[in-house]
Amino acid sequence: MFWYLLLLWGGISAVEVQRPRGVPLSKRPFYEENKPFTCLDGSRTIPFDRINDDYCDCQDGSDEPGTAACPNGNFHCTNAGFRPTFIPSSHVNDGICDCCDATDEYNSGAECQNTCRELWRKEKESMQKLAEIAKEGFLLKQQLIQEAKRGLEEKQTKLGEVQNSKKDLETNVEALRTAKEAAEQPEKEAKERHLKELLGGVDKVNTAAFETIWSKIREKYVSEVRTQTPSSNTDGPAPVETPQEEVREPVSDNDSEPYPDDDIPEEEDEDEDEDEDEDMDDGDYKVTGFDYILECLPIFTKSLFSSAAQKARNEFEEAERALREVDDQIRNLEKEISFDFGPSSEFAYLYSQCYELTTGEYVYRLCPFNRVSQKPKYGGSETNLGTWGKWAGPEGNVYSVMKYEQGTGCWQGPNRSTTVKLTCGKETVVTSTSEPSRCEYLMEFTSPAVCQEAPDLEVSDIHEEL
Amino acid sequence: MVPVLVVWLALCLSGTWAVDRSNFKTCDQSSFCKRQRALKPGESPYRALLETMELTNTRLTLQLINDNNKVRLLLELYRLQGNMTRVKINELKPLKPRYEVPDVLVREPPTEPLSVLSQDENGVVLSLGVESQRVIVSAQPFRLDIVEGHNVLMSLNSRGLLAFEHLRMRKDTFSYKVTSTVASLWDNIKRVFSSQAEPEAENKEEADTAHQAETTKEEEEKVEEGMWEETFKSHSDSKPNGPSAVSLDFSLPGVEHVYGIPEHADTLRLKTTDNGDPYRLYNLDVFQYELYNPMALYGAVPVMLAHNTQRTTGIFWLNAAETWVDISSNTAGKTVFGKMLDYVQGSSETPQTDVRWISESGIIDVFIMLGPTPKDIFSQYASLTGTQSFPPLSSLGYHQCRWNYNDQEDVRSVDAGFDEHDIPYDFIWLDIEHTDGKRYFTWDPHKFASPKDMLQGLKDKKRNMVAIVDPHIKVDSNYKIHNEIRSRGFYVKNKDGGDYEGWCWPGNAGYPDFTQPDMRAWWASMFSYDQYEGSMDNLYTWNDMNEPSVFNGPEVTMHKDAVHGSWEHRDVHNLYGLYVHRATMEGLIQRSGGVERPFVLTRAFFAGSQRYGAVWTGDNAAEWDHLKISIPMCLSLGLVGISFCGADVGGFFKSPSPELLVRWYQTGAYQPFFRAHAHLDTPRREPWLFGPENTALIREVIRQRYTFLPYWYQLFYHAYRTGEPVMRALWVEYPQDPATFAVDDEFLIGRDLLVHPVTEEGARGVTAFLPGKEEVWFDIHTFQKHNGAQNLYIPVTMSSIPVFQRGGSIIPRKLRVRRSSACMEHDPYTLFVALNTRRTAEGELYIDDGHTFNFDNKEFIHRRLFFSNNVLSSVNVAPEAQFTTKSWIERVVILGASKPRKVTLITADGHKSQLDFDFDASVSVLTIRKPSMNAGEDWSMALQ
Repeated sequence: MFWYLLLLWGGISAVEVQRPRGVPLSKRPFYEENKPFTCLDGSRTIPFDRINDDYCDCQDGSDEPGTAACPNGNFHCTNAGFRPTFIPSSHVNDGICDCCDATDEYNSGAECQNTCRELWRKEKESMQKLAEIAKEGFLLKQQLIQEAKRGLEEKQTKLGEVQNSKKDLETNVEALRTAKEAAEQPEKEAKERHLKELLGGVDKVNTAAFETIWSKIREKYVSEVRTQTPSSNTDGPAPVETPQEEVREPVSDNDSEPYPDDDIPEEEDEDEDEDEDEDMDDGDYKVTGFDYILECLPIFTKSLFSSAAQKARNEFEEAERALREVDDQIRNLEKEISFDFGPSSEFAYLYSQCYELTTGEYVYRLCPFNRVSQKPKYGGSETNLGTWGKWAGPEGNVYSVMKYEQGTGCWQGPNRSTTVKLTCGKETVVTSTSEPSRCEYLMEFTSPAVCQEAPDLEVSDIHEEL
Repeated sequence: MVPVLVVWLALCLSGTWAVDRSNFKTCDQSSFCKRQRALKPGESPYRALLETMELTNTRLTLQLINDNNKVRLLLELYRLQGNMTRVKINELKPLKPRYEVPDVLVREPPTEPLSVLSQDENGVVLSLGVESQRVIVSAQPFRLDIVEGHNVLMSLNSRGLLAFEHLRMRKDTFSYKVTSTVASLWDNIKRVFSSQAEPEAENKEEADTAHQAETTKEEEEKVEEGMWEETFKSHSDSKPNGPSAVSLDFSLPGVEHVYGIPEHADTLRLKTTDNGDPYRLYNLDVFQYELYNPMALYGAVPVMLAHNTQRTTGIFWLNAAETWVDISSNTAGKTVFGKMLDYVQGSSETPQTDVRWISESGIIDVFIMLGPTPKDIFSQYASLTGTQSFPPLSSLGYHQCRWNYNDQEDVRSVDAGFDEHDIPYDFIWLDIEHTDGKRYFTWDPHKFASPKDMLQGLKDKKRNMVAIVDPHIKVDSNYKIHNEIRSRGFYVKNKDGGDYEGWCWPGNAGYPDFTQPDMRAWWASMFSYDQYEGSMDNLYTWNDMNEPSVFNGPEVTMHKDAVHGSWEHRDVHNLYGLYVHRATMEGLIQRSGGVERPFVLTRAFFAGSQRYGAVWTGDNAAEWDHLKISIPMCLSLGLVGISFCGADVGGFFKSPSPELLVRWYQTGAYQPFFRAHAHLDTPRREPWLFGPENTALIREVIRQRYTFLPYWYQLFYHAYRTGEPVMRALWVEYPQDPATFAVDDEFLIGRDLLVHPVTEEGARGVTAFLPGKEEVWFDIHTFQKHNGAQNLYIPVTMSSIPVFQRGGSIIPRKLRVRRSSACMEHDPYTLFVALNTRRTAEGELYIDDGHTFNFDNKEFIHRRLFFSNNVLSSVNVAPEAQFTTKSWIERVVILGASKPRKVTLITADGHKSQLDFDFDASVSVLTIRKPSMNAGEDWSMALQ
């Protein structure tokens, strides 16, 4: 029969409580000395001397709280001076010290030291440290919340302003369009006349023929332009654009890919060509054939056109461009305003920032709400480890984990993705990165924005003295 | 060189899922196989020259002559102890020595006397000792028949396919013309002298004329394509020795079932090869191998077993060159009806299986094992090549592997995960990424900065680690291992004499010549704790890629004209992996001063590899068919002595569904080597990553494994002593029941556990064959009793792994499952006594320290447990051995019992005591509570 004496200091007076080995105080009443014991699941009743006799009689393991006899039992470590805990019965007398009070190894020959006080001291230290951090972090967080609030208000004000100015611009554009069309009327007639001659007396403008001619011209023109204009997809390292600039720039059509130009695919990627094709369709070349001809074909001599019409056109285009810019601005502002920056917008300050961590081989870069990337330290192209997906913390703590998805694809595998775990810290820093599974990255990130109100140091389950 | 790798990767890793067959030769693309296979049966040019016969007490020699080219061969015939016959055929006077495989036989096999019973001009009859066994040597055409009484057991060259490509000078080159002139001059001179020296004066004339004929004939012999040079894909084989193949046919009258010749991803029972390629034995790194075909894989054991209800025989073809095995059968094409018709008409020919072995070089050296029982074959083969090494107990536990555990923190957290989820494991593995740039014996300085701390952390939990050490060595002048090998001249050489270099994981790599004893000794010394930095005694080794794998070599292996000392790689290819494994194992033994048992896993193997450790079935895939094939693949290995076999649990390539993963754990837990492994590109799959239900299922079956560790350990001890396989084909235990002969969806562990894993997706039931007319089988989970000789339908759920204990057996188990096997060392035993219809049972209990060689010094407990007449007793079967254990008997569970009035324990000192017990009448199970005697003592227990 394995009994042990437990000395407990309950406040001032010392109390001795006798109970079978491995039984927590709370279960003490079930183990009444010298009375038949009923398994805690009620399955059977056994003589008291079968408790802790190193043979499993109860299916629930309750007759052997202090031995390893039952496969599903638990052993209670009192751990005076630290935190009491349960360990699986299989850890009792297995030669490995599990309880800090060493009570689990009473018959294995293992030499275990009582480390509870030391553990408590360390834990207290680290708890204190954490509490300090949390405290300061929480203060910082309040500032962040205030800033976010101000920032939001500013943006809303700005949005209002811009929206108003948009109305003016729209009016302006409409006015100019009318002016332009009026100015163009004589010109149009002249042009049709000219075309008739040019195309051998065709009554009407044959648009199909135009398109054919135009597409040939376009092809030639485009190829020249491409060789002359520096492409964004140069072979050299992609220009490091500061995120601030990027944000101010018009957001591209593709919302999920805010930095398409940076995205130089890796060797294993086979869609490089596609990317280029897409680039070709973008931007400047989307001009109507007619305008093109006007600009490029010497046979349509400028003299055909009135300078008045040209001026009207220019003014109109200018106004239109201004309108587009305002639209972009509105879109950006709306996007930012509607973004989920946490319950009190405390994460708003991370928007349009980037944080780097350099490891042995790579420089990792986290641009919150935007994307995560990895770049070899010693040259080589950048790999997209995921673009902003969602908050992905567990229920009740959704804002503790960020998920970045749909990064560069892996060979025969998924697209790269990154999970960012946020912990409370005074600084906003990426503290570690790893790739636990192929192409699934894990990043640890500290920020004051996750700090909770300083926890009470006197947490109930940690007791210096019992 | 980077583009080369990229191209290789692109080729090999191309999206389609399957082996790229075009990377590997068919028989037609292997010129010697094509030449030999083109020979027609019944036209043997070989004649035995009976007058040259010489018989000493231990051997008979006889010359054979090829009547087409007059080249003479020397036949040696030995009667070996233990009912074996050895037949060796070599050229009588080869141009240069031909390779004879060293280091595979554990010793020169002891012989028994042979005697001539009768002789005439047509042949000789020799007695093979007792049992009325004889060998009949027929002269023309030459053939050997081994007979017992009136039965022919096996015939050699009965189909006349003996072929021996003699070494010759090349004729189409300038150098040949010079050397041949010199040679013929030299021959003439030699002949003049030898005719005086040799006592063959009377044959001189004949020999001379023969020689004339030979030379003229030789002139006519056509030079076929591929004899002197051979190209496969972009690789050319210079073949400086020209054609050198050997081949021989064997007929097995009365045999319809042949087994063995691993490694192939095929059924247990070998198929006939008439309509396709022969089975190929050539150690190859096959990327994403295909199932159910005769293509070569990572290892080769040239041993075939033939079985019928009367007898088991075996053929061990000791040749390490590329080898092809053809199998044909006169009943293969027949339907059951056809067979019946034959039987009714009484006109049927006896069923017969014909086998033909073809090797590219070396000699014919074949051991004919005559059984007669399967266990006799195991002991005969073990007497030639040794038995399974006795592994440390911990290596029979569960192994957690992945390419790769990324860093020390990863290792720590996976280790902690096992504790958190209360799943035992013994070994965590590190694949190639743990090294500093694929330089073996080193650690990545960032990811594994303090390996000893990591190893100590594992050791604190009584756990171990395996780190990979492959035989390709990065060519890098800053790498100590490379510099030493280069400066000592230990690398394999290319045909031009420089160090052979090939492409493998580290990029450009050299391949140490493991065939050289001094190289192996040096390699072994690299495992000492002061040489292998960061290693500790709980770090063990894994040899991968030792076929050897050469990414840019022909068929992803070494060029055949690479040079190992005085031999070509062609001669030694299939031995390379065995030597790597051996040298590594010797290193692990030496580092502990010969005290600790090693554990080394290898991918490539040959006959005899069982002496060095464990093997696994290589890079399989997460597919249901790969789960299924793990059974016949390990069964086939077990038949040829390699018991410590397993397949990557979960499948290496691709990702298993949770269902497949759970089923694979359930199967793997009942196979000898139990390791989960996964490819770098697959998502993580530690046992707890598939939701609580699947975690619980996996936990449960790993825990089952641990409860059976005493039985596994005892079986490995038995395998070490006898050569009997641990994981057994059913026919081995039921050799007279033809219903068992082709079973390979279930298996036996020892002879007492029958396992029928669930290997079908979405299975709701399996039909298990319970063998043995006299047997009863007890479901180990429900204790339900079933009769033998029936097909039993068993409904299954996801938690089911149908396992049965044979009535008549006693299995000791340890039910207190802990974190690792070492944590369970002193735990008590529960004896599971399953009664047969005669209400008897027997079993064994083997105990030692679990990790040293002290068992060789009689430090162990070996007891026989038996139950009869209602008394269960434990008696010492090794009284000369000494060992003490803290373990005791905590429980005896008797299956198929009736309720006793009382149970009395009588201990060694005669003390009697009454024991408490429970009886469950619904399943007739008697549980005797806490008898408490020490497991090493004599005792008995009476039920009254």
